[in-house]
Formats: sequence, structure tokens, C-alpha cells
Amino acid sequence: MYVHRLELVDFRSYERVGVDLQPGANVLIGANGVGKTNLVEALGYVATLDSHRVATDAPLVRMGATSAVIRCAVVHDGRELLVELEIVPGKANRARLGRSPARRARDVLGALRLVLFAPEDLELVRGDPAERRRYLDDLLVNRQPRYAGVRADYERVVKQRNALLRTAYLARKTGGSRGGDLGTLAVWDTHLAQHGAELLAGRLELVAALTPHVAKAYDAVAAGRGAAGIAYRPSIELAELTTDRAALAEALTAALAASRSAEIERGTTLVGPHRDELALTLGPLPAKGYASHGESWSFALALRLAGYDLLRADGIEPVLVLDDVFAELDTGRRERLAELVGGASQLLVTCAVDDDVPAALRGTRYQVGEGTVRRVG
Amino acid sequence: MYEGAIQDLIDELGRLPGVGPKSAQRIAFHVLSADPTDVNRLAGALRKVKELVRFCTTCYNVAESEQCRICRDPRRTNEVLCVVEEPKDVVAIERTGEFRGRYHVLGGAINPLEGIGPDNLRIRELMIRLGEGTVRELILATDPNTEGEATATYLALMVKPMGISVTRLASGLPVGGDLEYADEITLGRAFEGRRAV
Repeated sequence: MYVHRLELVDFRSYERVGVDLQPGANVLIGANGVGKTNLVEALGYVATLDSHRVATDAPLVRMGATSAVIRCAVVHDGRELLVELEIVPGKANRARLGRSPARRARDVLGALRLVLFAPEDLELVRGDPAERRRYLDDLLVNRQPRYAGVRADYERVVKQRNALLRTAYLARKTGGSRGGDLGTLAVWDTHLAQHGAELLAGRLELVAALTPHVAKAYDAVAAGRGAAGIAYRPSIELAELTTDRAALAEALTAALAASRSAEIERGTTLVGPHRDELALTLGPLPAKGYASHGESWSFALALRLAGYDLLRADGIEPVLVLDDVFAELDTGRRERLAELVGGASQLLVTCAVDDDVPAALRGTRYQVGEGTVRRVG
Repeated sequence: MYEGAIQDLIDELGRLPGVGPKSAQRIAFHVLSADPTDVNRLAGALRKVKELVRFCTTCYNVAESEQCRICRDPRRTNEVLCVVEEPKDVVAIERTGEFRGRYHVLGGAINPLEGIGPDNLRIRELMIRLGEGTVRELILATDPNTEGEATATYLALMVKPMGISVTRLASGLPVGGDLEYADEITLGRAFEGRRAV
């Protein structure tokens, strides 16, 4: 799979820009702040309907414009598919697939498969567990789109259950004689266990498949200095890491029963996949707090590359994007990374300094200027 | 801003669901230029809806008398009862022409985020109806979303000990559609609910 052409209208700093991309390596060169990342952000948005930099859509639209358009032609198995997205902040996005309008913007998901590594990903190692849960869930949905529904259902149930617990908590605090209306808590427990078991099983299967890829990718990036490991740490006691849905639902139900009084006390759901952690280790030590900046950075990169490898092992050939990666690496690591990603069906690399990109990845080169993109070789 | 009555009308129309300020203004000026008899008919319909329409004392569907048309119909069976969230769900099921039992309208679904619990729905009234002993099957036709599913589970937990058979509407693929156009959630559910042929 590769992106053949990308066009932006009123997206971020670009009023109107179009660029023809090639299979294999594409290097976007430009000074800091000219808008290299905006280009890859647009592609990321087509792949996930989400920006890796901001939570809301408003910053994506150029100042003074009311909507932004991203148009890209994706070639997959020799066929070209046109994907067009119009981003209207505060309203539903409009999408076109081929020549006809899509019923919902969500229908374009899957048209472009993409793995993006950006400087923000350092948070995967240094940030809260929520960052790592999102990494797992995004990859899970990328591999098996069905999990988008499981994830949304689970999040909704947790929200409703928390609302119920909070009402009970407040009723208690203000001295209400009855502890709020907790009669329906058993119902929410059932649904939480059911959707939670589904999500948990999906994540456990994913982590099992991902682990060897993470070790391999870290080893390649860091050249044998320490072994990287990942382990899923559920918030509930599991006798063994099973992926049997019924057994997991049972364990979740038991855990909810055991923490019931604490949950009513604190007014929030304390067990379930939304409290789980993906533990990252370097040798015997946890990566968080112990890893150096360089090691954290290599680990974050290894997590993304492992996701990329896993998708390729599934027979999906995603586009790989490395945003501002090479400046952070020494020469040896640059060469090894280049070797690792050299076989990508399409690779997009952004950098400020031309010489940072190893010779092996020279490929097609583009000069990014203020609002313009020009092919230079 | 307009003055007096026209602005009052625009303000009132703007409070209706789905009507924004621009639409309210357009409707208001349409009313202003319309034939007086048409306007009187509209005003009459608005008044009448509040005066005449009430809720059926049995199933809580909208009705024009003590009981709604469905509850009065002697040809329907009392043995099957279908629970729905809103009166518009009754209309939807009636359009199928498949169902010959009675209804019970809850008036919503359990939704803690909006502060709606079982006490805010007509669940106590449902239990009284079931306690009479004529109903043998209860069909749960709440919406297939998080809140509707939770309401269905809640009712199932309460009703099953009474020895009444409880069923839930199936969810799956729309008829006459293409498989390729089904979203992954619907298709996933349809896979879960597949049956032998």
C-alpha cells in the first residue's frame, strides 16, 4: 500500500498544496516550523480520523477558513482509491470514497493503513498508563476493526457506571438516608464484565503476538544494549493469563464484587481494562523512571516498529511514517534503523537537516517551504 | 431583533427541538403571511394536543382516552407483552404488522449520566401488570445501545424469577442491504448471533 498523491486545502498552515509521492522512501526536508509534520498529520488523520497532536479538530483548519480538506490517492494491490475528507470543526466530517460520498466518515477507516512514529510518542514510555492502553487499543482496532465497537461499548459502560457510583457517593456525603440508587449496579457489573472480558482478551492476544516484535525492534534500534520486554498487567487477579472470554468475565465479576465497598466509597470504577497497565521493561528494570532519554526514545520507536511488523505479518502493508526521527539518533542507530525499515512498501521521513537521513534511505526527496512542497530529486 | 409579537414567536419556535434561529425566523414569517384559517388550524392543533392527548393508563402509550387503541383492541392477545422505550417505538413495531400482543412504554432507558434510574421509568407499573398473571412471554424491545441493553438486563433479572419467559429482539444485518456496506459493529454482532440453517 502506498499514497500516490496528497492534496490539502486550508489544512493547518497550507492554503492549497499537492504533492505526488512515490513507493519506497520519500524524504521531506525543510526548516523547523515550515509544516513538514502537518503533511504527515493529514495522512494520519485519514488513517485514524484523529490527529496525533491535538484532541480537537479546530486547530487543523487554517486560520480564517471554515473547513479543511484532505484528499489522497492510495494505491493498494495495483488499484488506486481516492479518499477525501472534509473537516468541519464542531460538525460531522464529510467523506468521499472513490467518486461517491461515504455514508459516514468512519467508512474511510481501513482505506489507508498507516503506522506513524512522532516525537510525541516519547509519552508511550514516560507518560501515564493511559498512553500505553491507547497504543494497544489503537493497534487492536487497526488489526481487527471489530474492536472499535468493543472499545466504544466498554467506555460507555464505564462512564454510566461511574455516573451511578458518583451519584450514590454524593447522596451519601450530603447525608441522604439511602445511599443513592444502587439497585442497577448489578446490571452495569454484568455489562462491564462482558465488554471488559472481550477487550481484555483482545489486548492479551495482541500483547502475546506483539512481544517478540518489540524485543526484535528494540534490539535492532539499540544494538543489543539491554533487552526490551512488555507485559500486560491487569487490574484484576488472574490465576493465569487466559484469553477465554467466559473465564475473564467471571474474574472481572469477582473483582467487581470484591472492590464494591471501595468503589462506593470513592465513587468510581476501580477494576477493569481501563485501569490496566502495559509494563515496559529494559533488562530487569522498569523502563519508566530508569531508562535514559535515548533508551526511552528507542523503546517508543520499537513499540511503533513492532506494531508495524505485526501488521505486515498479518498481510497488511501499511505506510510507515517517521516524523523527525533521525535527528535523535547517532550514526550507528541511523544505519540500523534504515536497514530495518528499508523494505517498507512506502516510507515517509521528515527531517530538518538533509544529512541526517542515511544514504540507504535517500529515495525521492522533497523540499518543504512556507506553504509549498517541491520535488527536488 | 424584531419587535413585539413576531420576536416572541421566533423565540418560542427557536425553543423547539431541531429548530435553529434561522429556521425559527423563516417559520415565523411564513405564519405571518399565511391565511388566517391555516394559522387558526395550527393554533387549534397545538392547543388540542395538550388538552386531549394523555397517556394510556395501562401501557403509557399516547392515547386520546383512558386507554389507547391497542389496549382496547379485543382481538389482541394478553399473553405476550412487548416492552419499548418510547411511544414512537410502538409505531415502528406496529408497522411490521407482525406483533399481535400488547405493549408497555417505559418512557426511556436507564441512564445514570442523565440521572435516570428505574424509579424514573414505568417499571413499577410493568411489575404490577405482570403480577396479574396473564402474561406468559415478555419481549424486551429496548434500543440496542448501552442504555437499552442495560435496561433489558435489569428487567430480565427482575422478571425471570416470576416464571415468565423473557426474550430479547435480535440484532443483526438489515434486510435487503449488502453485506459489504454493513459496519463492523453490526456485522460483528450478526456473527455472534449466527444460527444453524
